[in-house]
Amino acid sequence: MPTIKSIEDLKRLREEAQKVKELRDQTGKTQIVVGMGTVGIAAGARDTLKAILAYIEDKHLPDVILRQTGNIGVGGQDPVVQVILPGAETVTYGKVTPAMATQIMEEHVVKGNVVQDFRIEA
Amino acid sequence: MRELSLHLLDIAENSISAGASRIVISVREDLAADELWLEVTDNGKGMSEEMVANVLDPFVTTRTTRKVGLGIPLLKQAAEACGGFLKVESELGKGTKITAKFQHSHIDRMPLGNLEDTMITLLLGTPNVNWVFKYQYNDQIFEFDDAEFKEALGDLPLSDFRVIEFLSNTIVDGIKNTKNIATEKGAVYANH
Repeated sequence: MPTIKSIEDLKRLREEAQKVKELRDQTGKTQIVVGMGTVGIAAGARDTLKAILAYIEDKHLPDVILRQTGNIGVGGQDPVVQVILPGAETVTYGKVTPAMATQIMEEHVVKGNVVQDFRIEA
Repeated sequence: MRELSLHLLDIAENSISAGASRIVISVREDLAADELWLEVTDNGKGMSEEMVANVLDPFVTTRTTRKVGLGIPLLKQAAEACGGFLKVESELGKGTKITAKFQHSHIDRMPLGNLEDTMITLLLGTPNVNWVFKYQYNDQIFEFDDAEFKEALGDLPLSDFRVIEFLSNTIVDGIKNTKNIATEKGAVYANH
């Protein structure tokens, strides 16, 4: 970054430092991504997200990052949830109800076993 | 969509995509006029006149992965089916305002649904946006601005469950109190 000339520059610098920190924080953590596009929302993605959030809190899982994204792009399979364990490939689940989300959290995120029955090709 | 709060969530996602730093979501129930108003106002990149004209067409989207964008047409259809309308006002570089009006008592009008879950989902999903939620019931107004909470929180992330619970309760109580006070006022008025 060039010389700092204003408060705005300072803020930008702080933001950049923050981004680097976030990237570092994310390695070694499990990421869960919920598709929150129009179709996802209509299919119940908000409730699925809430169930995942409640599970993380209930089991005190500190190393899990829950993210929302737009349409994940697997037609007709919403709500879509993706689980990325550290160093593992992305696993995509389709038509995930809140109950299924809880099961995915239990089996996949905590125990490390992919729930094959709910898995879809992304 | 089963709830109007889900439509609000969806429309607000457009504002996020437009790069808005401040998004105001407003719900107004006017029982005397038998009207329900929903508004999403953002300071995002806005749209050209041509884009505004096209945005109500279900086959227009800014998304490149697939060619269909349904959010606004869906809400438009829902509003028009309930004796209302949907209006899009936008200016390039300034932002966009989406207004939807419903006949409050219309039999086909979806319930408002879980407004607090919609707001929490947005707050968590995009914490760097300044979120404002306004709820009005007749002449009684409740306003929630997340800036004051974020400032008070400092380094504690919004995703802390105690924080989520607190914010959610703040919205639930705000809506409930607003309704109660407005209803009591209405009752007093009716007795005169």
